[in-house]
Amino acid sequence: MCAAGNWTATFAPALERIVSDAEKLRGSRPHIFIDVSQVSRLDTFGAWLIERLRRSLSDTTAEAEIAGLSANYSSLVDEVSRVGTAPTADGDRVSLSTMFEQIGRTVVGIGDTVVGLVDMLGAVLAATAHVLIHPRSFRLTSTVHHLEQVCWRAVPIVVLITFLIGCIISQQGIFHFRRFGADIFVVDMLGVLVLREIGVLLVAIMVAGRSGSAYTAELGSMKMREEIDALRTMGFDPIEVLILPRMLALVLALPILAFLGAMAALYGGGLVAWLYGGVDPEAFLQRLRDAISINHFIVGLVKAPVMAAVIGIVACVEGLAVQGSAESLGQHTTSSVVKGIFFVIVMDGVFAIFFASIGI
Amino acid sequence: MSDWASDAIIRVRDITVQFGKTRVLDGLDLDVKRGEILGFVGPSGSGKSVLTRTIIGLLPKVSGRIEVFGVDLDAASSAERRAIERRWGILFQQGALFSSLTVRQNIQFPVREYLRVSQRLLDEIMVAKLVMVGLKPEVADRYPSELSGGMVKRVALARALALDPELVFLDEPTSGLDPIGAGDFDELVRTLQRTLGLTVFMVTHDLDSLYTACDRIAVLGNGKIIAVGSIADMKASQHPWLQQYFNGKRARAVVS
Repeated sequence: MCAAGNWTATFAPALERIVSDAEKLRGSRPHIFIDVSQVSRLDTFGAWLIERLRRSLSDTTAEAEIAGLSANYSSLVDEVSRVGTAPTADGDRVSLSTMFEQIGRTVVGIGDTVVGLVDMLGAVLAATAHVLIHPRSFRLTSTVHHLEQVCWRAVPIVVLITFLIGCIISQQGIFHFRRFGADIFVVDMLGVLVLREIGVLLVAIMVAGRSGSAYTAELGSMKMREEIDALRTMGFDPIEVLILPRMLALVLALPILAFLGAMAALYGGGLVAWLYGGVDPEAFLQRLRDAISINHFIVGLVKAPVMAAVIGIVACVEGLAVQGSAESLGQHTTSSVVKGIFFVIVMDGVFAIFFASIGI
Repeated sequence: MSDWASDAIIRVRDITVQFGKTRVLDGLDLDVKRGEILGFVGPSGSGKSVLTRTIIGLLPKVSGRIEVFGVDLDAASSAERRAIERRWGILFQQGALFSSLTVRQNIQFPVREYLRVSQRLLDEIMVAKLVMVGLKPEVADRYPSELSGGMVKRVALARALALDPELVFLDEPTSGLDPIGAGDFDELVRTLQRTLGLTVFMVTHDLDSLYTACDRIAVLGNGKIIAVGSIADMKASQHPWLQQYFNGKRARAVVS
């Protein structure tokens, strides 16, 4: 048989069809010559396809040879003839047992997550103790830098969103309470809800999305590029250098943001109550003073640093768990935010039970 | 085919590239001939990578004209540009393998995108390329993070060669390799150039590579090409930097 024309990558799809047609001649003759003297251009694709044809035509009874090869291309054909058979990609088998295996692995993974969080909490506390004993090893510049990132720069968006949420709560409250002639109780609802729950919870969720993800991505890409290993080999503790300033910044930032958020929500609620519900500001403030006590405010703010610690620890654990690939970075950033929000809500539930049982 | 030999595959004319106020390339001219291996040297920070990235279109230029395969890249339509991009392969300094794909998928990626061929042929070509760059087919299902530095370079070269390009850009291919590995790599580039008829544009600092692999050498300095020619021309040059580079202590060690 005779091959002619361009045997190059561009024509590979057509050439592959020609070759698989020619392979059907297998066993028809004891000796086959593949004449390639008419081939004008040859590259790896063409050379391999000719080699593949030669192999499939050769077996115990028959023999195939490549003939008429020009000197320019002989080294290429030699090169290709050294290639063995291709290992095929092992695909994922889906069966009942692999499904159970997946479930088992996920359950073990949950356990590992909890252990990882406790581990990181311990490491952070140990680093804190070390810094308390050796105050000079504390990284003030880094802490201030992170405080700017997570607190100062977060103020506009946090204030805006909580303001709008305050407006919405107030509007909905007035709309529904008006049917019972109980408009004024919207102030009680707004005050208790914002100070105890919504203010801190909403801000914590925003911070988990905004700063938790940033921490994970930063630490993760440092891990990928061996920067964390470099720190360790220079005798620095990455927990102390990287994680402690971030944690401290977060623990300081969240109460501040939660306070600002609560004020913005009350302001927004008051504004809507005035413009939409006709509750004038003096009546609003008077009612607010009666409805809430300092306890509500404290209950809200006490939760903030704890939630910040949870978000920070989750973010750092996830960041340090990043493996070498970009995909892994994405997965861990996602799970940082998801787990952060989950644990924030769990903590909120735990606090609610606690405060209910001690009667505040 | 004989007229190709004299024909320039890359023709760079009067290129100026500027970052802010610093002028990195200043009216630079360069020709790369078809079928040659051009070694491109110059002091660190002289703009070797900048020129490479400007030619392949990753950096904007202030003025000048770049022709690749006889097509002016500024005047080319996007279809023409794609056709040219399909005919060149680029080995980045850090390999730039896709970290979330396996070696197999990395090498098959350009082939899969440009050609409609069977999975069987994709696998076979992938193995052929791995063998060509001196790797065992067993590494096919590893991820880039599981490879050594030298293996990353080789896989990246295999990916650059996946579509059998006519022109290959190598940005410091031997940096970070041990001398034996680097020597093998030079040999590999030589062999591939012979078997595939490649044109190679190689940015390098490795004197061994310049001696063993390159047909011609171009030297960059002060935003211009200071000298172009063979190793002998370089050593004969009176330019102080060239004197130091090719006749210095390290250079003598390489020659002896």
